Amino acid sequence: MKSWIAFWNILKKDVRNYYLKPPNISWGIIFPLSWTLMQLIRSPGGSIIELLPGLISMSVLFGTTSMLAVTITFERSGRSFERLLLAPISLNTMVLAKIAGTILFGMFNAFVPVIFAGFLINLSAINWGIVLLAVLLIAITSALTGLLIAVSAEQVFEAQTFSNFFRFPMLFLCGLFVPLSSLPGFLRPVSYCLPLTYGTDLLRGAMKGMNTLSPVLCFGILLAFAAGLFLICRQKINRNWIL
Amino acid sequence: MISVVNLQKKYGSFTAVDGISFEIQKGEIFGFLGPNGAGKTSTINMLTGLSRPTSGQITIDGIDVRKQPKKAQAAMGIVPDESNLYNEMDGFDNLCFCASLYGMRKDERETKARQLLEQFKLKDAGQRPFKAYSKGMRRKLTIAAALIHSPKILFLDEPTTGIDVESSRQIREMITGLKRQGTTIFLTTHYIEEAERICDRVAFIAEGRIVASGAVPELMAMISQGHAIHFVTDKNPESLIGGLKARFEGSEVTIRPDHSLVMASENRVPLLPIMEFFHSKGIDVYEARELRPSLEDVFVRLTGIESSVLKKEKEKGGSR
Repeated sequence: MKSWIAFWNILKKDVRNYYLKPPNISWGIIFPLSWTLMQLIRSPGGSIIELLPGLISMSVLFGTTSMLAVTITFERSGRSFERLLLAPISLNTMVLAKIAGTILFGMFNAFVPVIFAGFLINLSAINWGIVLLAVLLIAITSALTGLLIAVSAEQVFEAQTFSNFFRFPMLFLCGLFVPLSSLPGFLRPVSYCLPLTYGTDLLRGAMKGMNTLSPVLCFGILLAFAAGLFLICRQKINRNWIL
Repeated sequence: MISVVNLQKKYGSFTAVDGISFEIQKGEIFGFLGPNGAGKTSTINMLTGLSRPTSGQITIDGIDVRKQPKKAQAAMGIVPDESNLYNEMDGFDNLCFCASLYGMRKDERETKARQLLEQFKLKDAGQRPFKAYSKGMRRKLTIAAALIHSPKILFLDEPTTGIDVESSRQIREMITGLKRQGTTIFLTTHYIEEAERICDRVAFIAEGRIVASGAVPELMAMISQGHAIHFVTDKNPESLIGGLKARFEGSEVTIRPDHSLVMASENRVPLLPIMEFFHSKGIDVYEARELRPSLEDVFVRLTGIESSVLKKEKEKGGSR
């Protein structure tokens, strides 16, 4: 019960202090919107429904990885993060509370292109249950990737650099806008080592029936990625931050 | 309340804390003094569970900190050497947030936050963001945040460094008030006179080792040799040196550059005969006081470090 009080208040503090700030809200709206418009202008005849899975994945990825990495590194440099390490709450509660805000922010980012698309095309054929679960799992794995970056970075600029190092290759490697079948053969194994590949495939299946892997397999792999990343992050925090 | 046995911390080949041991009783103010790099913060970090000891034992309130750090942390309030609350949040929200980390319910934490803001004279600043606080106010709010869950033990790392005189005084009063209520306090400070004023016991740490520890009067007794009285007179008493030595056998008499006189002897000498001697020579005494070694003298003698160096190091922003 007491852990829940701490969990809820860490989440509420992060949402208020970081995610509800005007620059972040505007980023959450403008970034996915401009990518949607850019894709539509680039290929006027292109189908919005075909673009949507990639846009959703990209919005979640960019929203979550940078936010968590930057906010944690920021709190660590100001030493306010020590308050969480010194509080009588388990490391699991603390990690879950920190990623919860980012996951919510990532999910908010995901639905900006969806709302925009809703004005242009009929979205009634979409399997929303799978979309919601896929977005949630993409947000969780991306948030944990952000946390992993935060554990490895000392300064905010380092966190930003590491985030970009991960994110931009993922745009091309995870089938967001370039189908995996079009990638050179040597790059495909790399694609299948990235969680976003499975999330995007799930979204493609739920929106257009264009998935290449079984949804059950994708969910399983994403859950395995989430559990693995969580354990690695927890271990790294324990080792790097409690010296 | 706190028991430390053979505590050691190594970073690679560097030994930051080298097998220190001490005990702190309930309701005691324990001062931990030493220069930068002596191992003070490494020790605090191990005691509070922010760092793992290489070897040794730490027991706090009967809890083995190495085995159950989270359980031990529930009994502690920690004030780091930097005021590290959340800049964007106001004073009241900062206190309520810190309380929530200890599982306090909303009504409980709001009541306690209001009470602490009142106690620390920050009531009017309660709705202002932390970033708008002065250094003294930031320090006071950081201490209030450490007290929000009424801890049994309070760790204070340099609580008064770099803040105004009035805030320092308020913090010292708060520390002694907490002691009266039974809170155990572990204090590190660069201000030796502050430790002398408020600490029950003190330990000096240098190069990771405790070079001396004990009650403040005990430590002072370690370096005091005999008794000395300082006299301020209306005329230069230099001509009296020979007479004083002859009249009070075994006394050492010296004149200071300000023409005051210091008379030292193995045993205590009653004042009246000396005053009569001065009077008989036509010299009026304006002031006579016993000279006692200060804690600062003890520190300098034992560590070989001038206390002014200690203060300068901190003011330059150097830590540990």
